[in-house]
Amino acid sequence: MKPIVKVKNLTFKYDKRIEEETLSDLSFTVNQGEWLAVIGHNGSGKSTLAKLLVGLLEPEEGSICIAGLNVNDTMNRNGRSHIGLVFQNPENQFIGTTVEDDVAFGLENINMPYEEMVKRIGKALKLVDMYEFRSHDPSRLSGGQKQRVAIAGMLALKPSLIILDEALVMLDPKSRRELLSTLQHLIKTENITVISITHDMNEAASADRIMILEKGRIVKSGSPSLIFEEQLDLQPPFAERLKRELITRGGEFPENYMTEEEMVRRLCNYCLIV
Amino acid sequence: MNKLILGRYFPGDSWLHRLDPRAKLLAGVYFIFVLFLANNWETYLVLGLFTFAVMRLSDVKFGIYLRGVRPLIWLILFTVFLQILFTAGGEIYLDWGPITISEFGLINGVYIFCRFVMIIFISTVITLTTKPIDLTDAINILLRPLQKLRIPVDELSLMLSISLRFIPNLLDETQKVMDAQRARGTEFGEGSLFRQMKTLVPIFLPLFVSSLNRAEDMANAMEVRGYQSGEKRSIFRQLYWRRRDTLSLFIMILLTTLLIWLRTEGGIGH
Repeated sequence: MKPIVKVKNLTFKYDKRIEEETLSDLSFTVNQGEWLAVIGHNGSGKSTLAKLLVGLLEPEEGSICIAGLNVNDTMNRNGRSHIGLVFQNPENQFIGTTVEDDVAFGLENINMPYEEMVKRIGKALKLVDMYEFRSHDPSRLSGGQKQRVAIAGMLALKPSLIILDEALVMLDPKSRRELLSTLQHLIKTENITVISITHDMNEAASADRIMILEKGRIVKSGSPSLIFEEQLDLQPPFAERLKRELITRGGEFPENYMTEEEMVRRLCNYCLIV
Repeated sequence: MNKLILGRYFPGDSWLHRLDPRAKLLAGVYFIFVLFLANNWETYLVLGLFTFAVMRLSDVKFGIYLRGVRPLIWLILFTVFLQILFTAGGEIYLDWGPITISEFGLINGVYIFCRFVMIIFISTVITLTTKPIDLTDAINILLRPLQKLRIPVDELSLMLSISLRFIPNLLDETQKVMDAQRARGTEFGEGSLFRQMKTLVPIFLPLFVSSLNRAEDMANAMEVRGYQSGEKRSIFRQLYWRRRDTLSLFIMILLTTLLIWLRTEGGIGH
């Protein structure tokens, strides 16, 4: 496993006149193929981190290296085409006049030939289950559908690093789960790295690693099971809560974090034993 | 807002709907120039019949076209009025100091009126049968040569298409802000003109602020997706020039020849 993202002593503040730093002395790495979830309260600097990672903002101090390239030196089109970022508000990311046009926007920017564009757009829209809506205009789509289109637009560019800045919030729980598993599958098969900034504990729980930001600092980083066990003020996903509750009532469960499926299987076995 | 017909698109599948937007735009602009060839009643009759035929081809009800003329009627009447008052020649019907109403004045007034109405009808035909985005693409392609003069045609057309895309959003947002202000006790459309104008301030201010925020988000999203102005981009929305498009331009040439043949040399009355 080699690190694809290397952040070193990253410091940033929006207003140079004030003392308080939005991000202070952040250092972390993300390995290729890893899914990192960044969680934290509002104003903890999560979205700022996302903007810094793609070079929309310039760090005050420190460096960001993605795939061996320094973000601030080489932030031209070539540097960016392998990083995909999806923002929270799907409305303001929708540039095209139809679904197809919007997915095409990123591809037009890299001057891709027409035939190739058609292929990629079709594929990306099928991945997010929006193919039937390809000729619809944005005013006829729901927030969740627009978010899917934004994700398709990013996937069409075939990025090696995906940053999701609360990109799944507008989706209803069912389609969020579906899209999450689609993404997870894609990541495994294409070896894509994901940094997902989120408030959703289910999304965070399915990551390989969780990083907690507080007032611009990393307060904790580790596997989901570790984080949910130690950080008591976080509301863990349902399966974890159930497990803890059962342990206090004398149930026998493994220490590490269990997904919902594992929990179900475990409980079924449990019933059989009893 | 719904009363404005000029610039609206009516979905349909008529011969005109299927025409390439470039052909429509070229023919439309050409028509406006050709209008100036007309100088007697025969030529105006030919042009009128042509306009009427085009309107019939669009599958859009005649009433809708008339609604397109309505917002401009005062401007038209004003021009016609000036034309009647200040053109001299022929028999004089009324002489009142510097103001005279003459035969030629009246005839010219009628002609100007017809000319205006035909221009509006033809441009309404184009916008009613062409999606705004197709029109933008057509403008982009037709203005390409201007890039040699360092006019940023691609950027301008992208701006145009983004604005078109955000019109419904802005309308929604205006409605939202108005509702929010109503909930706070503002009453719209009441009181003196000055008071009505004052109630618009708390609508436009939030609208401006949110538009600016939106623009910033948008710029970020565009940049993240690799947009750079001035770079070569490929085009996803392809336009296809078919035989009927060439045919439509050929019809325009036929119309021109007919007009040149029918028009009287040296203008009215000679």
